[in-house]
Amino acid sequence: MLEIKNLFVGYGAIPALHGVSLSVKAGSIVTLIGANGAGKTTTLKTISGLLKPKSGEILYDGKNIAGLPPHQIVARGISHVPEGRMIFANLTVLENLQLGAYLQRDKQIVRRELDHVFSLFPRLRERQKQVAGTLSGGEQQMLAIGRALMSRPKLLLLDEPSLGLAPLLVKTIFEKIVEINRDQGLTILLVEQNANLALEISHFGYVLETGKIILQDDSAALSQNPQVKSAYLGG
Amino acid sequence: MTEFLQQLINGLALGSILALIALGYTMVYGILRFINFAHGDIFMLGAFAGFYLAPKVAMFLPMPSIGGGLAVMGISMAICAVVGILIEKLAYRPLRRSPKLTVLITAIGVSLLIEYTCQNDHVFGAAPKSFPTIFPEYHITQLSGLSLNSNQIIVFAVTLILLLALRFIVLKTKIGMAMRALSFNPEAAALMGINTDIVISFTFGLGSALAAAAGILFAVNYPSIDPLMGVLPGLKAFVAAVLGGIGNLPGAALGGVIIGVTETLVAGYISSTYRDAIAFGILIIILLVKPSGLLGKKEIEKV
Repeated sequence: MLEIKNLFVGYGAIPALHGVSLSVKAGSIVTLIGANGAGKTTTLKTISGLLKPKSGEILYDGKNIAGLPPHQIVARGISHVPEGRMIFANLTVLENLQLGAYLQRDKQIVRRELDHVFSLFPRLRERQKQVAGTLSGGEQQMLAIGRALMSRPKLLLLDEPSLGLAPLLVKTIFEKIVEINRDQGLTILLVEQNANLALEISHFGYVLETGKIILQDDSAALSQNPQVKSAYLGG
Repeated sequence: MTEFLQQLINGLALGSILALIALGYTMVYGILRFINFAHGDIFMLGAFAGFYLAPKVAMFLPMPSIGGGLAVMGISMAICAVVGILIEKLAYRPLRRSPKLTVLITAIGVSLLIEYTCQNDHVFGAAPKSFPTIFPEYHITQLSGLSLNSNQIIVFAVTLILLLALRFIVLKTKIGMAMRALSFNPEAAALMGINTDIVISFTFGLGSALAAAAGILFAVNYPSIDPLMGVLPGLKAFVAAVLGGIGNLPGAALGGVIIGVTETLVAGYISSTYRDAIAFGILIIILLVKPSGLLGKKEIEKV
């Protein structure tokens, strides 16, 4: 479904990705793990169009989408839940969700998606009239994921969904991620610092180090890999 | 008491006009985080568009009349909306990724370019022109001696309608929601599928249309227009936007009214020599006391 070939991205003169290649099979959860500054977020931002690559291809359903503006990439079915959630704190929960469906003209479909998101995260239904900035961190993460689902994506990019959340909430959010993947067959590319958890729920994993993929394997195999164990899984 | 009320009415009329200009400053700031210093010149272009349009419209509609006057205003707003969109496209869009200071200096350059091009004899010429009467004029004098002129009523009515229309657009329409999203976080807005360039163009068009309406209303009340007429009202409206809390729409309207009323009262009771100093005095005070403005909020990040 997604095939990245030899991607180079930099911030000004500072290179961030040196020839990253990876692929995501339809229906799977693929995770990208690595330390801070390894280039995980850069990879996601380049896929969703927030950053323009210097070179390399991003093939999505066989077409190169590298360098397209974000709104065209959303229109093609890729939705990005950014790091730090980036919800619109000044708007209500409902408005946030409506914005997620910005490109959808059919109100019927928007309503159906809204119901679907509310059934996934009942807490959001209760708080739909509330200004999003007043939500707790966990609720904001639910809102960020729900908002991304509103565009009916085929591929969901998740950046650090566990960031800043209490362990119990992290568990809830990850259960939802698995549920979304299993019940709707939504393909997910997950970036996560909590490598244990990420490898547990994903099918395939890549290890990114200073802008390069250094390891790739089935998640089960990766979590047994001694190199991964010592560097990312706490021994 | 009568005199005070009279000054208050005059001040509110001036304040309404400043409020309309201030909204454009604050909307653009809210979305792009820079001050579009050419905004005062759009106000001037609005008045000149009205000046040249009035005889043309008079061929189809009675002039002066409410309908004719509103037609002149409407077309002038549409022209200025296009001009505002073009300025953004040509001057500011290429600088989208440049430092804000670069854009700010460009805005000053655009402002000077418009002002001095318009002073050329082949364009408008530097000499003041007398603005035609486009709205019917009456004086209503009450028994108490309070006098309200019809142009002031038009200022209040038009301002009120435009403010309500703007409120509707920003709060109830899809593009308004996109504007609010963009002003909060441009990256996140883009990830929603919002074409940010279109929303930015729309914002410039909307702000410029309001400035054009203000230009016409100003010219109707002070019927001598020239290419530099936008400089002072533009700066005062900018102060109004800062006073209300830059980026905050109700704040801009409130700031405009406060500046207009204060200026008129000071000119009436203290000395008209200082009238232009008032706005800038207020600017200094607000920057010292409450830099975020009357209705502005400090942004708090939640972890």
